[in-house]
Amino acid sequence: MNNDIITALRPTIVMTILFAILLGLVYPLAMTGIGQTLFPSQANGSLVRDRSGRAIGSSVVGQAFVSDRYFRSRPSAAGKGYDGLASSGSNLGPTSRALIERVTIDVSARRAEGISGPLPADLVTASGSGLDPDLSPAAALAQAPRIAAVRGLPVGRVRALVEAATEDSLLGEPHVNLLALNRALDGLGR
Amino acid sequence: MTFQGWFLILGFTAVLLALAKPMGLWLFALYEGRRTPLHIVLGPVERGFYALAGIRPHAEQGWRRYAVHMLLFNAALMVFTYAVLRLQAVLPLNPQRLGAVGEHLAFNTAISFTANTNWQSYAGESTMSNLSQMLGLTIHNFLSASTGIALAFALFRGFARRETKTIGNFWADMTRITLYLLLPLCIALTVVYIACGVPQTLAGSVDLTTLEGARQTLALGPVASQEAIKMLGTNGGGFFNANSAHPFENPSALTNLIQMLSIFVIGVGLTWTFGKAVGNPRQGWAILAAMMILFLAGTAVAYGAEAGGNPVLHALGVAGGNMEGKEVRFGLAASALFSVVTTAASCGAVNAMHDSFTAIGGLIPLFNMQLGEVVIGGVGAGIYGFLLFAILAVFVAGLMVGRTPEYVGKKIESREVKLAVLAIAVLPLVILGFTALASVTGAGLAGPLNKGPHGFSEILYAFTSAVANNGSAFAGLTAATPFYDGLLGVAMWIGRFFVIVPMLAIAGSLAAKAHTPASAGSFPTTGGLWVGLLVGIILILGGLTFLPSLALGPIADHLAMIRGQLF
Repeated sequence: MNNDIITALRPTIVMTILFAILLGLVYPLAMTGIGQTLFPSQANGSLVRDRSGRAIGSSVVGQAFVSDRYFRSRPSAAGKGYDGLASSGSNLGPTSRALIERVTIDVSARRAEGISGPLPADLVTASGSGLDPDLSPAAALAQAPRIAAVRGLPVGRVRALVEAATEDSLLGEPHVNLLALNRALDGLGR
Repeated sequence: MTFQGWFLILGFTAVLLALAKPMGLWLFALYEGRRTPLHIVLGPVERGFYALAGIRPHAEQGWRRYAVHMLLFNAALMVFTYAVLRLQAVLPLNPQRLGAVGEHLAFNTAISFTANTNWQSYAGESTMSNLSQMLGLTIHNFLSASTGIALAFALFRGFARRETKTIGNFWADMTRITLYLLLPLCIALTVVYIACGVPQTLAGSVDLTTLEGARQTLALGPVASQEAIKMLGTNGGGFFNANSAHPFENPSALTNLIQMLSIFVIGVGLTWTFGKAVGNPRQGWAILAAMMILFLAGTAVAYGAEAGGNPVLHALGVAGGNMEGKEVRFGLAASALFSVVTTAASCGAVNAMHDSFTAIGGLIPLFNMQLGEVVIGGVGAGIYGFLLFAILAVFVAGLMVGRTPEYVGKKIESREVKLAVLAIAVLPLVILGFTALASVTGAGLAGPLNKGPHGFSEILYAFTSAVANNGSAFAGLTAATPFYDGLLGVAMWIGRFFVIVPMLAIAGSLAAKAHTPASAGSFPTTGGLWVGLLVGIILILGGLTFLPSLALGPIADHLAMIRGQLF
């Protein structure tokens, strides 16, 4: 046993240092260099810029849309909502009173905006990250009449916009990127 | 449930099965210490490491020496990470100027990553500097994984070798697995992840003004390089608090599929390697068949429950499945599947919040872990855990026919059975003991976010996850307290190393035995009967042990949900 320990000392210390350098520094730094060279946009957060070059969002991360003029984003439990430094789900369980109260309030608000019929679940539930960039096509289409009314557009045009922005996916579920959709909406107005 | 959902689940399974043999062959080359094409590039690195560390890779070790060297190396890595976390504030690559990680949190995290658990009591984006993520955590993702696979190799040698005292060389196993398997795959995966939108930068964050004119700051960092090994090594510790639900960790349904395959691929390959090592690949396929039965059964139940949704929300006019805690780009099937994959393996990454699953949807991940994470399981840990159950299963079969049990040419005798039971019994003892303790003490009861049976589920899930070295959570539990950080830290250590040491003792004991050729009286361990016996033993042991606790948690929660009773 003692002999086992003594023979382990040098490899333990040296291998800890060597692997720390290889795996903890060389590997991530080399990958950073490769990523920054090959895919500079993605490696820096897939930022979306407006015409003046100002960053207005990331094409993969969600941001809050609360105004009537835009397709509304899902409820978010990340900080005060879509906080990019505090990703989080609500972690409320299926029998949580807090969950049901929150959903009840959101359901009433959506009803007040004129959405009738069964509510698409994603419209009134918080995502896992609190930074969900998408909506289901159903949740976006349900908002089309409101958007059309506020912006003075024909409903058909708004619906067509949603359909054009819908990404089908065999590996996940169909979804609409909200930032892209809402930018397209702004593009229509001009 | 949709056609698309089942297409994903069955397609995933098919790809996985197709990968079993190629991955198994590669692992077998490493198991044998054969030369691979990668030796041209990495051979000098391997030899350089040995030379500097004074390692003779061909010097065989007995099980005790193998165990002691493995334990000391892991202890040194743990101390190293504790130091990095505590010194974070004065070390470089800290763009967000984060302070030192607190004492009990650093203790918990250092154990957690050493034990391949990656339980996160912290939120990565607001706690860990880039250096801590890279130097403190990423190296554990590699080395706890290669340690696990090395241990599996040691046990394979116990079965495969005859009348010898030795089971391989820990340093050679660990180094080869790291250099010729994990590192090259991670380099490839990192590039794919970056191309798909996972950041890889030394910047800490970026400020932007949203379309509505609000300010948003997005945390960034060297995410992709950590993401690759986080999944491949079944570690699961996310760069961000939301783990693989975070769009920067897992931006699309495609990356989601790659992540799920990464979690399982080595574990699946190891079943083939085992069969090859003991001279009959069918032995490996039989194990894989038993695993896949349990996996698909769990997936069907979890997917069904999540697609069924929450009747309390339906009553409010909300349609469809349970989307609380889920991302739209994944949806129900990919979220349910991921939850089963991550808990069947001891990964613990999550792409949806398990705490917000329906009661039955949340029961499946919990039960998966309670079965000992032997359904594919963690890299290495899954197969050696499974082989402990196989030893029990042949023992039971031997009792039924009144013969000394054999498995893959080795007589299984009293010593092996006792050691296997010891390793298996540690799990429920610590899970149930610590859960009971937390359920009656003030410090324990302060933890849960949810009330009622779901609150109990949060505590039970935490200790199950820790002991099973999973690391996923019913994350509503506030665990960054001295009570939970400390107790969970101890639980993770016991769950990892109190299984490993008896397992290595079994390896040593088996290696010393002579080969027993199969005879007409041997119980065949390749056919359907054997697969059924394995599934039965695992379910009965897990079920009998944990059903009472599940009744108090998720099952009570389910009954409340049906009645619409809230807490």
